[in-house]
Amino acid sequence: MIVVTDIHKHFDGFHAVDGATLEIPTGSITGLIGPNGAGKTTLFNVIAGNLAPTSGTVTMNGEDITGLKPHALFEKGLLRTFQIAHEFHSMTVRENLMMVPPRQTGETLWNTWFARGRIAREEEALARTADEVLDFLTISHLADERAGNLSGGQKKLLELGRTMMTDAKTVFLDEVGAGVNRTLLNTIGDAIQRLNRERGYTFCMIEHDMEFIGRLCDPVIVMAEGKVLAEGTIDDIKNDEQVIEAYLGTGLKNKATA
Amino acid sequence: MEPLNALVAFSNFVVIPATAYGAQLALGALGVTLIYGILRFSNFAHGDTMAFGAMGTILATWALQAAGVSLGPLPTALLALPVGIAACAVLLLLTDKLVYKFYRARKVSPVLLVIVSMGVMFVYNGLVRFVIGVDDQNFDDGARYLIGAIQFRQMTGLDEGLAIRTSQAITVVTAVVTVAILFWFLNHTRTGKSMRAFSDNEDLALLSGISPDRVVRVTWLIVAALATIAGVLYGLDKSFKPFTYFQLLLPVFAAAIVGGLGSPIGAIAGGFVIAFSEVTLTYAFKKVANYLLPESLEIDGLAQLLATDYKFAVSFAILVIVLLFRPTGLFRGKSA
Repeated sequence: MIVVTDIHKHFDGFHAVDGATLEIPTGSITGLIGPNGAGKTTLFNVIAGNLAPTSGTVTMNGEDITGLKPHALFEKGLLRTFQIAHEFHSMTVRENLMMVPPRQTGETLWNTWFARGRIAREEEALARTADEVLDFLTISHLADERAGNLSGGQKKLLELGRTMMTDAKTVFLDEVGAGVNRTLLNTIGDAIQRLNRERGYTFCMIEHDMEFIGRLCDPVIVMAEGKVLAEGTIDDIKNDEQVIEAYLGTGLKNKATA
Repeated sequence: MEPLNALVAFSNFVVIPATAYGAQLALGALGVTLIYGILRFSNFAHGDTMAFGAMGTILATWALQAAGVSLGPLPTALLALPVGIAACAVLLLLTDKLVYKFYRARKVSPVLLVIVSMGVMFVYNGLVRFVIGVDDQNFDDGARYLIGAIQFRQMTGLDEGLAIRTSQAITVVTAVVTVAILFWFLNHTRTGKSMRAFSDNEDLALLSGISPDRVVRVTWLIVAALATIAGVLYGLDKSFKPFTYFQLLLPVFAAAIVGGLGSPIGAIAGGFVIAFSEVTLTYAFKKVANYLLPESLEIDGLAQLLATDYKFAVSFAILVIVLLFRPTGLFRGKSA
């Protein structure tokens, strides 16, 4: 379980996250929604170690992980994806996946020349794992494609694939569905659901697509103006006065109900 | 009309020297481009890094010569090369630990690192002059020519001679071997792929099983090897003088930028583009022209576009043209 307690993140007086407190239960697919500028991505950046919080704490299964750098969190099994998918563009999809596991034999100059056999065996095993991952994500046909040539949606699938190459336990997805067509979005959704059920992944995802959220997420947490506004199932959220107000503004809400 | 003689003269005075010079520039530019791609700054100290590596090799060569060791027709410097590379690697790793690491940890902007590298450049500059002096050092021994001009004339019966110096042949062979190993390393080994991954996307590399410290270290080691080899080959071909290496910075950077900073293939192409332009534009075409033109049209002038004094202006002009019309370089590097 990830517990976020009273996180503040200020940028020169602007309070992007202003005392957010929330819990991400182990084994859940927690959705994080909110209007633009609510501080969702900033909060993600704080949890995932990309930004240090101004104040507040983050714990994972009771262990304080506040302010740990991304690679330290990676070692602990906490991974994130980016709103705009990141990839090693000059490498093939399979190579991208094979880069993920840490402490490979071939990483040192010495072993490169003097442990060729061990490296070859290791790489073979890695390539097999990578192919299994690609199979799981239904993109086996792209294995030898340069990652830079993939479409936006395919890159998002690749990001999901990266999390499967290591012992990821908790994965933060930043708008995994943004700019992805329906068919691919369903593939991504299926993969998330299967990873959650079959491999016990905990997900926390920022998302704008309510249908997608409704299908996958429980609980859903709503943020507005740097704070947590509401929490519950998607149906609770949809009928929450405060949430509707935050999304539509007071004036519009009155018009809508009038 | 004697086209064959024209061709031989052109090869002798343009193609062969430019190929050797191009190979040297390419190796220098590869170092610059690797640093730019992975450590993300333009290393102004690269010319003097080449000088330092060459100096280490020269000192080791002298020691070997004093001990009576020789490679026969090949220059003893080839045997001393590993010592030069090791010395250069120690210097670069030490510099990284003492200087660059501090700025990297603070994530300073690349411009700041460029200025820092200029400071490093001055230190290296002084260090090399302090140790070996400012004068010309000739350390080329072994056979001078692979094919001599007279020998060539006797062989072919042509008026024009074609000479290939041993150092030129060694330059090309060594450069080809070095580049082949480098590309194999970058494309087919896990360490090389980590370096490419780091160059492609640093944020993501940090979220993978890639140790940034290790990538930085390996990069400096490879740069040390490339810079030393480039410096030694240049010194064998011309001569070793610290100031010349400082001046080499311009054509080396021009080559890296013309090819596209961050692109290894581009660095090689850029090296040859700069070298061939420099040599061709400063070559007096009188002889070649007179072999080709009918007797009645023979020229008296030198037919030289630029005096050799202006050779650095050539790299600069090419640089400006490329930046104006294709800012990312021929092979689309990261930026320019």
